[in-house]
Amino acid sequence: MAYVTPSSAAEAYDVIVVGSGAAGGQAAYTLTMDGARVLMLEAGRNYDPGSETPMFQTPDTAPLRGVATPDKYFGFFDATAGGGWTVPGEPYTNAAAEEGRQFKWYRARMLGGRTNHWGRIALRNGPYDFKPRSRDGLGLDWPISYEDVAPYYDKVEMLVGVYGTNDGLENTPDSPEGCLLPPPKARIGELLARQRGRTLGIPVIPVRRAVLTRPLDHKTLPARLHPGNAKAQRILAEDMQSRAACFWATSCGRGCSIRANYQSTTVHLPPALASGNLDLVVNGMAREVTVGPSGNATGVTYIDKATGREHHAKARVVVLAASACETVRLMLNSRSSQFPNGLGNSSGLLGKYIMDTVGASWGGQIPLLENLPAHNEDGAGGLHVYAPWWLYKEQRAGKLGFARGYHVEFGTGKGMPGGAPYLPDADGRTSFGPRMKEEARRYYGSQVTFTGRGEMIPNADSFCDLDPAVVDKWGVPVLRFHWKWSEHEIRQVAHMQRTFADWIEAMGGTNARRPDPDGTKAILNGGFVIHEVGGAVMGSDAARSVTNSWAQTWDVKNVFIADGAVFASNADKNPTLTIMALAWRTADRILDEMRRGNL
Amino acid sequence: MTPELPPRIDRRLAIKWMLAAGAGALLADRMALGAAAPAPAAARQGYGVDPDLVKAHKPGEYWPLTFTDAERREAAALCDMILPVEGDCPSASALGVQDFIDEWISAPYPMTAADRRPVIEGLAWLEAESRRRFGSGFADSSGAERLALCEEMARAPAEGSEPSAASSFLRRFRDLACGGFYTTPAGMRDLGYVGNVPLAHFDGPPAELVAKLGLAAEVRW
Ligand SMILES: Cc1cc2nc3c(=O)[nH]c(=O)nc-3n(C[C@H](O)[C@H](O)[C@H](O)COP(=O)(O)OP(=O)(O)OC[C@H]3O[C@@H](n4cnc5c(N)ncnc54)[C@H](O)[C@@H]3O)c2cc1C
Ligand code: SF4
Repeated sequence: MAYVTPSSAAEAYDVIVVGSGAAGGQAAYTLTMDGARVLMLEAGRNYDPGSETPMFQTPDTAPLRGVATPDKYFGFFDATAGGGWTVPGEPYTNAAAEEGRQFKWYRARMLGGRTNHWGRIALRNGPYDFKPRSRDGLGLDWPISYEDVAPYYDKVEMLVGVYGTNDGLENTPDSPEGCLLPPPKARIGELLARQRGRTLGIPVIPVRRAVLTRPLDHKTLPARLHPGNAKAQRILAEDMQSRAACFWATSCGRGCSIRANYQSTTVHLPPALASGNLDLVVNGMAREVTVGPSGNATGVTYIDKATGREHHAKARVVVLAASACETVRLMLNSRSSQFPNGLGNSSGLLGKYIMDTVGASWGGQIPLLENLPAHNEDGAGGLHVYAPWWLYKEQRAGKLGFARGYHVEFGTGKGMPGGAPYLPDADGRTSFGPRMKEEARRYYGSQVTFTGRGEMIPNADSFCDLDPAVVDKWGVPVLRFHWKWSEHEIRQVAHMQRTFADWIEAMGGTNARRPDPDGTKAILNGGFVIHEVGGAVMGSDAARSVTNSWAQTWDVKNVFIADGAVFASNADKNPTLTIMALAWRTADRILDEMRRGNL
Repeated sequence: MTPELPPRIDRRLAIKWMLAAGAGALLADRMALGAAAPAPAAARQGYGVDPDLVKAHKPGEYWPLTFTDAERREAAALCDMILPVEGDCPSASALGVQDFIDEWISAPYPMTAADRRPVIEGLAWLEAESRRRFGSGFADSSGAERLALCEEMARAPAEGSEPSAASSFLRRFRDLACGGFYTTPAGMRDLGYVGNVPLAHFDGPPAELVAKLGLAAEVRW
């Protein structure tokens, strides 16, 4: 078994997994390693990181020196194929025209989805993050707690490889022995930010990223991950040995041909395919989950994008992992006489409570970092340190004016130039010639940018439904987004910017101007941080949620959701590690229920 | 039916963005660019959403170029006023920066298309000005003559007045030339970028530097 076409696919499978990103990759991995026969449907094209990753290419070999364009929003070399903010032939709409009321949707159409180019920041949610409503009366509690997910965080960290440290900070969980890889050394600007952050009470610690700072321990990890499953252990041990450790060069956003960071295509899919239990259809766009007379799902109808023809695949269980909003769309489009408003929508909550991460940035130039001797700061192809949220006490005391926290990511250093260097032209004169080149060297690497990533509270005005008029290239109704930030997010953004400006001053830099105290000026549109979750939230009450605590839809017991659609809150922590942990947990549940004969 | 697109930005932001792209290369690219998204092209025939990332591309491959031979020569001469040969670092023109600028102003994307007229008109103005003053085109004038013209264009605007069209042209052309130059291996070396080479281990900043900045106590891992 391996890559199949609609005509060579089997008649029926144990499980169909829709989507091959973080969620689909993890679900398929767990299921196939434990013997389930899985058909994966991926709407995008096949993608081979081994041959398609521009590892050492310099921008002069790219069109327009590789700068971002509407075709390649994160730059030419970024590993997004087939999409971006727009996907040809697959539109979406917004109900409101104003900025700030819009949702922007970033999609990829390739095997592995957005895991090929994600930032690899892999933070655990903390205990508070699963019970936010109990703490401050806002938003929704999850029906599960940190303790339910913790063993799965452990497993995902061991499987994919995550660097970081245990710092014992509030709501920033430690990992058990053996889960984490050593963190990379901090860059000079990161050390300075750490020192000066302390004067503001801001802790700076190693971030956690899914990058192998050394090879995975193939001798012990497979047995810890797959106890009693000799075949899975053997496959995983072999696969771990074929992943190289990071060689401290090239940007992870391009993907990694040596498989030193996490991509579904380099970590989840190779062992799943090696198990012999995975069949994979690329260019296969799921259109509808079909339901039989019993009210159970019978399989999935999908479009072969190469021919435009529809096919149907049968399975005992359907796992939706098309990314939060695509999953919601697929469910809304799965209408039948039993489910006229879409599959899983008897609560009327399908599409409700879409959340993104709150984002804002602020940058400055730091004289102390000028003219530093040249040294290699490439490091692990992304950030090395960050500041987890630190004002829990003040927030509890009601001193901040917003209810949830943010963490700070920052960028410094002499990275590979991607355009013109910083030139202040301070006296108003346009510098040029040898003097300008001297200035370019002086200022290169002396800038720092702080980026806030904050928690958004789900609200009734931020949701998606089907656009009544617009369909995609295949005639399938598309999503229409509705969006509104609450005061909590807007004040949080203002706090971010004020903090960052203070931080720049604490580092000896000056701010060209102070940030606008009005957060509405700085807050990005919804979706812009590309951490969209929610839309099919899990809960303990079928009338007030779409799935139960196992991400199993209340309405159709053999349909499960593996992606972020089930999130009941969106902590400041980037969502993907949690998506993978929940996908593993859900897949384990499916295996158990199949064994027990309940599915 | 129109697909949703990121917010529109004006040219000032596009310029800022071009700078930002150079400054924060170690940021997740999203950070540097998040604030100012490139706007959509109305009718576009760019390289599309799934180009080959691995092969080397040449200006002119995806869209036709614009410069006449004379404009290219002039652009090369202006590039070299901005980024002349120094020691073993080649000049901008030797690295083909004028062809990058041609590719840029010829591209179908909004932020590049916005530079088309200013660059073509700026080059025409510079050529005419050079002929008027020195009786020869910019590329054929002496080094001293070219320098005199550039020095004038580079001057800060008088207190309270807007920069002239000529000085705005120089500023933008300078930024484009730098964008083209510092993204080549030779330009990167000149700037002090020493990465993009595989290493067996990552040692962080040199200990002397850490000590000099008083940061030794911060090195904990
Ligand atoms: C630039 C960038 C940086 C990011 N950085 C981080 C980070 O540092 N940390 C973090 O936690 N998160 C980050 N994210 C977010 C992260 O990429 C997503 O959370 C993650 O990829 C979600 O996984 P997924 O499997 O749900 O969706 P995806 O990875 O998007 O995969 C979904 C797949 O399903 C396919 N699909 C969709 N519809 C259908 C259909 N109908 N039929 C068949 N297939 C379908 C898609 O083509 C796609 O391949 C970043 C995202 C971007 C874009
Ligand atoms: S920095 Fe390391 S993990 Fe990232 S792409 Fe390069 S080699 Fe791979």
